[in-house]
Formats: sequence, C-alpha cells, structure tokens
Amino acid sequence: MSIKILVCITHVPDTTSKISFTDSDTKFDKNGVQYIIGPYDDYALARAVEIKESGGASITVLNVGLAETEPTIRKALAIGADEAIRVNAEPVDSFFVATQIAEVAKEGNYDMILMGRESIDFNSGVVHGMVGEMLGLPSFSPVMKLELNGEEVSMTREIEGGKDHLKAKLPIVAGCQEPIAEWRIPNMRGIMTARTKPLNVKEPVSVEQHVKTEKFELPPPKGQCKLVDPEHPEELIKLLQNEAKVL
Amino acid sequence: METVDKKNAIKGGEFLIKETKAEDIFIPEEWTEEQKMIAQSCRDFVDTEIMTKLDEIDSMKHPELMPSLMDKAGELGLLGTSVPEQYGGFGMDFNTSMLIAEEFGRSHSFAVAMSAHTGIGTLPILYYGNEDQKSKYIPKLATGEWKAAYCLTEPDAGSDANSGKTKAVLSKDGKHYILNGQKMWITNGGFADVFTVFAKIDNDEKLTAFIVEKSFGGITMNEEERKMGIKGSSTRQIFFNDCKVPVENMLSERQNGFKIAVNILNIGRIKLGIAAIGGAKGAINHAINYANERKQFGQTIGSFGAIKHKIGDIASKIWSSESAHYRAGQNIDDAYAAFVSDGMPKGEARLKSLEQFAIECAILKVNGSEILDYSIDEAVQIFGGMGYSAEGPVERGYRDARINRIFEGTNEINRMLTIDMILKRALKGELDLMGPAMAVASELTSIPDFGSDEDEGPFSKEKKVLQNLKKVGLMIAGAAVQKMMDKLKDEQEILMHLADMLIEGYVAESAILRAEKLVGIKGEEACRQQILLAKINLHNAVNIINWAGKQAIYAFAEGDELRMMLLGLKRFTKTEPFNLKEARREIADHLLGKNEFKF
Repeated sequence: MSIKILVCITHVPDTTSKISFTDSDTKFDKNGVQYIIGPYDDYALARAVEIKESGGASITVLNVGLAETEPTIRKALAIGADEAIRVNAEPVDSFFVATQIAEVAKEGNYDMILMGRESIDFNSGVVHGMVGEMLGLPSFSPVMKLELNGEEVSMTREIEGGKDHLKAKLPIVAGCQEPIAEWRIPNMRGIMTARTKPLNVKEPVSVEQHVKTEKFELPPPKGQCKLVDPEHPEELIKLLQNEAKVL
Repeated sequence: METVDKKNAIKGGEFLIKETKAEDIFIPEEWTEEQKMIAQSCRDFVDTEIMTKLDEIDSMKHPELMPSLMDKAGELGLLGTSVPEQYGGFGMDFNTSMLIAEEFGRSHSFAVAMSAHTGIGTLPILYYGNEDQKSKYIPKLATGEWKAAYCLTEPDAGSDANSGKTKAVLSKDGKHYILNGQKMWITNGGFADVFTVFAKIDNDEKLTAFIVEKSFGGITMNEEERKMGIKGSSTRQIFFNDCKVPVENMLSERQNGFKIAVNILNIGRIKLGIAAIGGAKGAINHAINYANERKQFGQTIGSFGAIKHKIGDIASKIWSSESAHYRAGQNIDDAYAAFVSDGMPKGEARLKSLEQFAIECAILKVNGSEILDYSIDEAVQIFGGMGYSAEGPVERGYRDARINRIFEGTNEINRMLTIDMILKRALKGELDLMGPAMAVASELTSIPDFGSDEDEGPFSKEKKVLQNLKKVGLMIAGAAVQKMMDKLKDEQEILMHLADMLIEGYVAESAILRAEKLVGIKGEEACRQQILLAKINLHNAVNIINWAGKQAIYAFAEGDELRMMLLGLKRFTKTEPFNLKEARREIADHLLGKNEFKF
C-alpha cells in the first residue's frame, strides 16, 4: 500500500548560532545566522523516508515561511521528499502555522501528518495538537517509535516516568523525536535530483493574530565557577553569604 | 558573452604577465545552493562518522574500520563525485570536487584514504583506461565496492619516479605480463582491491602502467608502516612476485606510464592544496574556540594582542589561499568547457585543462600545505601545554599535517617544477616572458614612476603593488635566465627563491581580486574584513618577495648589475604604510565574536 505523508518542517537557526535581537528586543536578528531543518522535524522526515523505502509512500514536505526558507526545503527534498509546498508567509505564531498546515492538509488528503515534537526556535510544541484538532484527527507527541501495519499505526510515546504504547487507525498527526529514525545526511543523488522536484508556493489564508511578542530576553550569562579549597570551608560560607547571597 | 570569452582566453601561467579582472575570477561566495548542500553533507559526514572515531581510526586495531567508513562515504555518493554519470558517478565539475576535498581536509587519516582512492586510485583508469577497462573498474570504484591504490614509489625511486626497478615481462603464451618488484609508501595498500602499478617492460627506458587486481595473486605486503602522523591511513610496502597481469590490463600504451604518473599527480596537487586549507580551517577553528575559553590573568587569552596577532595572520593566509585555489579551479573548469566545445573528448579535455594550469596546481600544492603547517603550528602555540597534549584536539593535527609537504611531489620538487614549467612554456613561445621582462629592464634605467595621488578606486594602490610584484619577478627571473642559461636548472636555491616570489604574488593577487569582486557585489562597508584580510596578506607577501628577491640577486649578480637590481627590488616592493596590528586585531575580534572562522 502506498500512503501519502505530509511532513511539516521548520526553518530554524543552527544549534550553535549566536542569538541576538533587534527592534527593541522584539525581533530575532537573522543577520549572519545559518539555518537548518528543525532537528525534530528532521527525524520525522527521516522516518517518512524509511517508510517510503520499505513499503512505498509519497512524501510532501511543507514549510510555512518566506522565500528565504527554500534552501532548507530543498534539503528536505534531497533527503527524500517527493515534492514540497511553501506557504508564503512569516510564521508569526503556532496558531497561524497550524491553520496554514490544516488548510494544506485538507486539500491533500494525507494519511499521516508528521512533524517534530517542537521547533527549536520558539519551542511552543503545540502545532501538532492544534492541527489534529483543526482536522478532527488524533494527534500524538512525542512519538519515539512509529510502525505502520496496513491501516494501523503502532507508536511509542515518552511520558512522565515511563513509556506509552499506542495503536491508532490512519489518518493521524504525530509530533516526533529521536530515536524514531536514523538521522539522514542528504546523499549526492538526492542533492542532484532535488532541483528537479516540484516546490509549489501557496499564499496563506488569513488568520487573526492571537499572540504579540512584547520582548525577548537572553538567559543571564553563566556564572563563573569558583573552586574552594576543602581545607578552608569558611571561604565557602563567606562566598555563599556575600556573593551568592543565599545564606 | 564577452566576459566568458575573456575568461576562456586565460591560459595557465599567464597571471605572470597579464592583468586579471576581478569580475573574471570565481570566488567562494558564489557557490550555488546545491554546492552548499553538497558541502554541508560532507561536513555532516565528517562530524558524525569520522570525528567521533579519530582515536579508533588511528589505533589501527580494527583494520576493517577504514574500509567500512569508505563504504559509508560511498553510499552517500561521495566517492563518485568526479566520475561521469555513465560510469555510475555524478559528473560534477572540478571546482565542486575541490569543495568536497576541502570539506574532508580536516578529517585526518580518513582524508588521506579517501583522496587516494578518488584521486590517484581512480583517475588513472578513468583518464587513461580504454572503454572495457573503464566499464569494468570505474563503477565499482565510484561506489566504493572496490578500493584503489597507486603504486609508483619504490625504495630507490621517490622524487625520481622514472628510475623504478619493478619489471614486467610478457609470458611465453603472450597472455600475461609477469610483474616483479617492490613498491613502498602505498596508501590504502592494506585494503585496496585494485592497484595502478608502474613498471618497466623488459629494458624499456620509460614506465608502463598496469591495472592489477589483488586477486591476480603474487602480491604480498609488509606490516603497516609506523608513521609520525596520519596513523590511521594504511601505508604498506607491496611486493610483486610473479604477479600475472592479463595483457588487456595494460593502461594506455607501453612506456606511457611516466606521463600518466606525472599527469595524475598534477591533478592531485591542487586538490591536496585545498584539502590542506580545509585542515587549516579546522586548526583555526580549534584555536578560536580555545582562545575564547581559556582564561589567564583573569581574562580570556583571545583578548591578548599576541593571540590576536596569530589569529589575524592565520585567517588572512587561509582566506587568501582559498581565493587562489578556487580561482584556479574555475580556470580549469573554463578551460575544460572550451576544449569540449572545440570537440575534444571529455576525458582528454579534463586532462588538458589540468595540464594547462599545471603551474598554478604546483604553486597551490606548496602554498596550501605550508599554510596548513603554519596554521596548525600556531594553533598548538595558542593551546600552550594543551596543544602539546595528546588529549587535546590539535596535537594530532600537528603530526598529520606534516606529510602534506612531502607527498605528491615534495614542496621542493614542486617549487622547481613551477619555474621549470614556466621556462619551458616561454621557450616554446606559449608564454611571452621575454617581452615583459625587457620592458621591466628598460623601466629600471628610466626615471621612476612616482605615481599620481589620485585614488582610482578602492584597490588602486594594491593593484599597483601587485603590478610591481610581477615586475620584480620578471626582472630577477629574466636576469637569472640571461646570466646562467642552461646552468640555472642546477641552481636550485635560486629556483626556489623565484618560486617563492611567484607563489606569494599569485596568492596575493587572488585575494585582492576576491576582495575587489566582493566589494563590487556588496559594497565596501559590508566587506570591511575581507578587504583587511587581502591587505594583510599582500603586505606579508611583499616582505617575503623582497626577502626572496634579495637572496636570488645576491646569489647571481654582482657589481653594477647587483646594485641596479637591488634598486629595482626596492622600487618594486614599495608599499604605503598600513597598520597591520590594528587590521589583525579587527579580524581576530570578528572571529572571536563568531567563535568560528566565518566572514
């Protein structure tokens, strides 16, 4: 059976990027930042490609973003997606993104909608739940194992203090994380064929903005580590009293 | 179209006498989205598969590890990038293959195994094999199913490769050549399935090449060599004892082996250069990270001028050499395209285009490998005690770097080769050196050009300096040729000084052209650092050229001629004052802020 999979990817700063803000700390400064496919989304995509290789599937990759995200989308095509859709809009918040995904999904009639458990820029981790709700489909997260048996999906989810083994009938929505699949490096053939695969641009549907960013703040810099001679515990007491001011 | 025609018109070695326009060179800022993705795949592969296993690779405890990593690279298609599609590869252009070599350059022993396989291992068959040979071997080599090695060097035949003693004798039934002899320093020897072996048939004067499969029998090996660095790269002595090679496995024609050997090494040179630059980037990245981390006297060591000086200088050298490598790489691709459009078969065009730029290839082998050594040496210094410790990340790099100045033609051989090739081309009339050299000589006896104070663009002063550097090279080389004629070839010291002048001039020009092109695209303000990188390098180059020039002049000139040439040297190596300290500091501050080598 060949199924239709929609993989939603985010276009996020590389994990080693230096983060700074502009516009009175209300906007992320994109200057000089290297972008990657969201690492959790990358695992979702890798799982979709594994399913395609083992039993057959067609994979559509979806990103909500402006034209600057196309190199990231091409990378997903190089990894193994068959076609791509870019919804031409700045992804302002989770509700906005979820609405756009749901719109695309309604037209595409997908059996599975996979994405990362969360993005690594704003990390809200709610888009899969929203998409499920908007489409009236069951949604699961964080899915660490996903096996397909005909119309039935077996999943393993990580929960507080243990694991949750679930079964559901297609179609479903899942937010994924490792070790759901082996992470993939695009191979040369994939890269060479990526440019020939369709990348369709769709205009967004209008959505009322529910969230407004007041201000971003960086975490305080990591404190310096001070070593105290074990022979002189009184030094430690002094530091805790005067510098850390916790005693 | 005009630009394309002009680019195509540039021939190897012409940088000496012609002015190149900035818009005619390729700069790494022009990589396409696809090429960037290829580079990223290489980076990801190196980070996940190689850098995590460096100790295990170098221990050689698991001989199957290296070939299994090569298999993984093969699965990603990384071993077949330069192989045409009809033989199972991807037919990528030369500059893309350079980019891949650069990305693998920091992968220590793996880089050596991979480049030996894809370069000297695969290319002799690809470029000189007949159709049967190519279709039998190349697809297997492109995927990595078979691994390849190249057997040229012998105990008594190193730099003098044609003096090898390995013999090939036709069997009585005329079906086989029987190989007997000993080869050494064979990279990938321990696990290779196919060897290109150079031997002399009967009492031939010149070598003949053979494709030898391990399964032919009659092949034995010594244990792995114990080496200073690249300890994880398999290096063996190989003995051929009545090894039966089917006659159809002769590569190309009888006695064509030396030419094959030389041409294949030539291709390897520029790739070795760029791989070394990749290694140097690895070194500077370690150094930058450490300078940001390590604290002494209550501050990070990166905040000290002595460390900034080092980081600024390394960065300028790497950036400039990179500019020269990809400039030459594009020249090679353009020449290839021109040959193909003239109707030349693709394999032959590939070889011809590389042969055309053999001078640049030799220059860049020397320059890349020496910048790697410089960078890793300074990285060790920045690390201090931790640099000397095998627990730190740069000690391995220091040992591994050293071989690059030795293999694929020592840097001394390559320096002399550079001058030798130039003089040969001049003699053949392919390169007009005499005209410009005479012009310089007459300029020397005329009133010096004091130049106008008018500024004709952001790089007008630098271009004047570059022009003068070419003049000083022509002046000294021209005089040396005139004075010593045939004997010049025995004056190796002078040849090496001349080579140093050329190398520095070529790289300095490439860096200025890159900065100029970038300024044209992005504007001066956005290219502050790139301008500084090119200027720092130019000033360093002028000093080296002045020093080398003086040495050469002292060595062969005397009396009035000596005085005249020293005056010329002084005139042509004059530069405006430039605050190198501040420039290096600004570069270092930028890199320390980024915490990586990135502009």
